[in-house]
Amino acid sequence: MLMDINAILFAPEWGFLRFAILIGILISPALGVIGTLVVTRRITSLAGASAHAALGGFGLALFLQRSCGLAFVTATVGALTGSILAALTVGIVSITAKEREDTVIGAVWALGMSVGLLFLDHTPGYVDWQSYLFGNILLLSQQDLYLTLVLDVLVLVPVVTFFPQILAMLFDGTFAELRGVKGNIIYLAMLGLTALTIVLLINLVGIMLVIALLTLPAAAAGCYTAHLRSMMILGAVFNSVFVISGLVASSLLSLPSGPTIVMISGVVYVISVGIKKLRSK
Amino acid sequence: MSCSCHCCSPGNTSVPVIDLKDVSFSYQNGTPVIENASLRIMPGESGCIVGPNGGGKSTLLKILLGLLPVDSGSVRVFGKSPVEARRRVGYMPQYHQLDAAFPVSVLEVVLMGRVSARTLFGFRNADKDFARSVLDELGIAELEQRSFAGLSGGQRQRVLIARALAGEPELLLLDEPTANIDPGAEEQFYLILEKLRKRMTVVTVSHDLGFVHRETDLVICVNKQVVIHKPADFTAETANEIYHHDMSLIKHDHSCFCHCEGEKC
Repeated sequence: MLMDINAILFAPEWGFLRFAILIGILISPALGVIGTLVVTRRITSLAGASAHAALGGFGLALFLQRSCGLAFVTATVGALTGSILAALTVGIVSITAKEREDTVIGAVWALGMSVGLLFLDHTPGYVDWQSYLFGNILLLSQQDLYLTLVLDVLVLVPVVTFFPQILAMLFDGTFAELRGVKGNIIYLAMLGLTALTIVLLINLVGIMLVIALLTLPAAAAGCYTAHLRSMMILGAVFNSVFVISGLVASSLLSLPSGPTIVMISGVVYVISVGIKKLRSK
Repeated sequence: MSCSCHCCSPGNTSVPVIDLKDVSFSYQNGTPVIENASLRIMPGESGCIVGPNGGGKSTLLKILLGLLPVDSGSVRVFGKSPVEARRRVGYMPQYHQLDAAFPVSVLEVVLMGRVSARTLFGFRNADKDFARSVLDELGIAELEQRSFAGLSGGQRQRVLIARALAGEPELLLLDEPTANIDPGAEEQFYLILEKLRKRMTVVTVSHDLGFVHRETDLVICVNKQVVIHKPADFTAETANEIYHHDMSLIKHDHSCFCHCEGEKC
């Protein structure tokens, strides 16, 4: 066991794992913030729709790439376009007509996935769509590293700058609007960043399990603190711990990495809820 | 129907706090909610908006806040459009409309009353001091660091009043402030309100007709139409007229309780 951990830390053949751990740690600050926003604003299902619509963009991108020779339409560009479009569509619907939000989420969720599967079916050549659904840390690239750093900047700079306004918007959107806060713009920007986070998590845990990393670390953190700011920070710490332990455990035990990370997150979340219940008694 | 109070007489030159003229509002499907409503509240006056459920009380409040555009008529708050006047208006929603589990402290909630589009990086110490002074005035200074989620209904309601007051409003709009709180907290609320009425215009929405008993200058009855009464003139007959179904009104001391016998109530 000790030998194995030693190997993970230093052996050349474990380089991909160390790289995945690095990305997992680097994405944690952004994920702590975005996860907290998703949990407190209660838009988990919106995020789920956005994640599944990423498959639509992915399928379309691969189809255009291979059938039409459009090399610049990479899988990441496609997935990002799909997830951002989905998130903004649902977001705009929820701003303008609240009662239809639920239906639109369901439609975007299923349609996004169907579009993806239909295009992938007509894409010539081998398509490793399972990696997209369930994650594949072998696919993590330098580009993911740079995008993750960009995501951190895009998330942390506005959150630190506009924190009081974001807090007011999340807690009571109407009141914030009365105070002059541009709540809708903040909300839509937040959805765009959520979509970007989702796409960057796809290689790590896959489309099906993205929701878990988007919600469980922040939700577990929420059991220990009553402040939004500390929920974000603790959520980021939890995420790092979940990703590192999940990746290491999956390698040592020869398990798929995505589900292992999510199982660890889930167990900690359940324990956290239990601790919260015990403390409130 | 126009207002018959003393301040609406010709010759009074001060700008009304609220001035509605022939305001109509209907939902997108065409159902009228407010029809030809006129209402004027002068500085120093306070009002209580009463009326049956679905009569348009909340709609009227949203119009005053500039959250709903009217179909016709003019709405002026401090002589300006409701949106322009927002900085001078404090608003308290019903506390149970808010997320009961949201991770936020009492001080943070109150500071939201001082937030603006120009609030960056955090609040200045002067803002925090002001928020604390409001908490102190409302007798809840000790709650400052408590979690909003852990408070009782009455405490949350006072924190939301503090948030509205933190913006230093000249007009305070309260939506159903006595709904869902226990009688003890309700009594404390009346005392706070009495104090506030001395330095700002307070307009309260209430489905509870008993609310009008506390020194309200104007009883604003809303049921599609808006009719304004002095509390003393608010009798069983007027209640019948406004509510369009049978009401019996029991008055004793300074209190008046309306009991609605109609089916719609």
